[in-house]
Amino acid sequence: MTLAPERPDALADPAALEPVLPVRPVPARNRLVDQFELGLDAPICLTWELTYACNLSCVHCLSSSGRRDPDELSTEECKALIDTFERMQIFYVNIGGGEPTVRSDFWELLDYAVEHHVGVKFSTNGFRITPERAAKLAATDYVDVQISMDGATAEVNDAVRGAGTYDAALRAMANMQAAGMTDFKLSVVCTRHNIGQLDEFKAIADTYGAQLRLTRLRPSGRGADVWDELHPLPEQQRELYDWLVANGDRVLTGDSFFHLAAYGDALPGLNLCGAGRVVCLVDPVGDVYACPFAIHDRFKAGNVRRGHADARGTQVDGFQGVWQHSELFADLRNPQTGGACTQCSAYDACRGGCMAAKFFTGLPLDGPDPECVKGNSTEALAAVDRSVLPGQSQDHSHTGTVRNAPTGVVPLTLMRRKPASACDESPVAGM
Amino acid sequence: MTAGTQLGRDRRIGEAEAWSLSDSVALRPEPFGALLYDFHTRQLSFLKTPTLVAVVRGLAGAGSVGDALDAAAVVPAERPAYLSALATLARTGIIKERAA
Repeated sequence: MTLAPERPDALADPAALEPVLPVRPVPARNRLVDQFELGLDAPICLTWELTYACNLSCVHCLSSSGRRDPDELSTEECKALIDTFERMQIFYVNIGGGEPTVRSDFWELLDYAVEHHVGVKFSTNGFRITPERAAKLAATDYVDVQISMDGATAEVNDAVRGAGTYDAALRAMANMQAAGMTDFKLSVVCTRHNIGQLDEFKAIADTYGAQLRLTRLRPSGRGADVWDELHPLPEQQRELYDWLVANGDRVLTGDSFFHLAAYGDALPGLNLCGAGRVVCLVDPVGDVYACPFAIHDRFKAGNVRRGHADARGTQVDGFQGVWQHSELFADLRNPQTGGACTQCSAYDACRGGCMAAKFFTGLPLDGPDPECVKGNSTEALAAVDRSVLPGQSQDHSHTGTVRNAPTGVVPLTLMRRKPASACDESPVAGM
Repeated sequence: MTAGTQLGRDRRIGEAEAWSLSDSVALRPEPFGALLYDFHTRQLSFLKTPTLVAVVRGLAGAGSVGDALDAAAVVPAERPAYLSALATLARTGIIKERAA
């Protein structure tokens, strides 16, 4: 005889009816920045790297992209994730990669997101933004495009992004302009070699009716290999800050440069590290990280395929479970109380800077940013044992030659990369 | 591509008027208040108190702005501040006037 499983009596334990609420401290001041520090029910700025596959091999790639991961989310899994975003009212996502357009279902997923009230801004190197594609994009509401360019001249750009990539970016922008698309973004990572070109970048953006977006170089992914050669020098940081103060209202920064706020005036934006609080990253295999610059096991909160248990041990599926219940994110949502920076007069302006930049340069997370404008990290950086830097916990870099290889900086570290695995797939096949 | 009518700085909102969230705007409640996102302008805005959230959410279903303030238990002394907050939302097209 088989007994039917007994249904537990829900009312037997009155405590079971008590809602489980996260304990949210009351911020000292009711500024948004104080509220955001405590985290939100859903992120505001979610980056979704759709694939690690890329036709390029930029020397400073944050996600060490190149080869497709065989375990990447399927089309159906991606759609289920979009459904979750819609349910959580994540109004828009930033899609990147790798090169997202390399995925054969990219345009299908784009349409699916838009149909489900999830706006998309996607980053691309522009190779696949043909006149036909540009026309379709121009006709779609809720889609924004961001073209990457890291030098205002081919010489500076191609050195880090690859031969022919400057022309490809210009071609993509010309195609979008011709299709009538306005206000797409020209996205620039600021390096030692392009800080002197800020006016030129602005002029290029204006020529194509685009909006200029400047972001900070991070020592993340392959960026760690070239950080020493590429990160802006101290006097260039000042130059960048002054330029942003003069032009900030017409230029986007993704709140990238809040570490520069210690110079004086706060820059437009949040001036807060949003990692795990208002920002996160979903990678191609569904892993959720605290921010796009922190793709490392240390900052992995969970996986959308597995979800996360709540405080009571009840399973909460998918991305929502990870965002709302991971221990890592709960920890990041505790306001920082200690550490060297809290003693600094500029702490309220820069809030210690970028967590990822500290981590990958071997600095303590509660200490100053490696590019602290007060110079407070100089000693600590000099004392770091560089042989034990955290490095990467994933690497999808190309192992062979790439058609559009960077022309300038060739990191010697390529030689210490893992051998090609049997499951390599060439993302350039069929391009 | 703008949502709603752009209003001048001097536009005030009267309690007898009827307003609602613009069609292109979505509201997401948060512990501190709410996020507002305008799908047309791609602008994100924030409401910093739960009471203002209750007022804004109640606008569409209330007979008038005054009714929405009543429903959210906004006392007379605080009404000017709420009307001024609504005027700010109106200027950016987040809420729009409708027939009473």
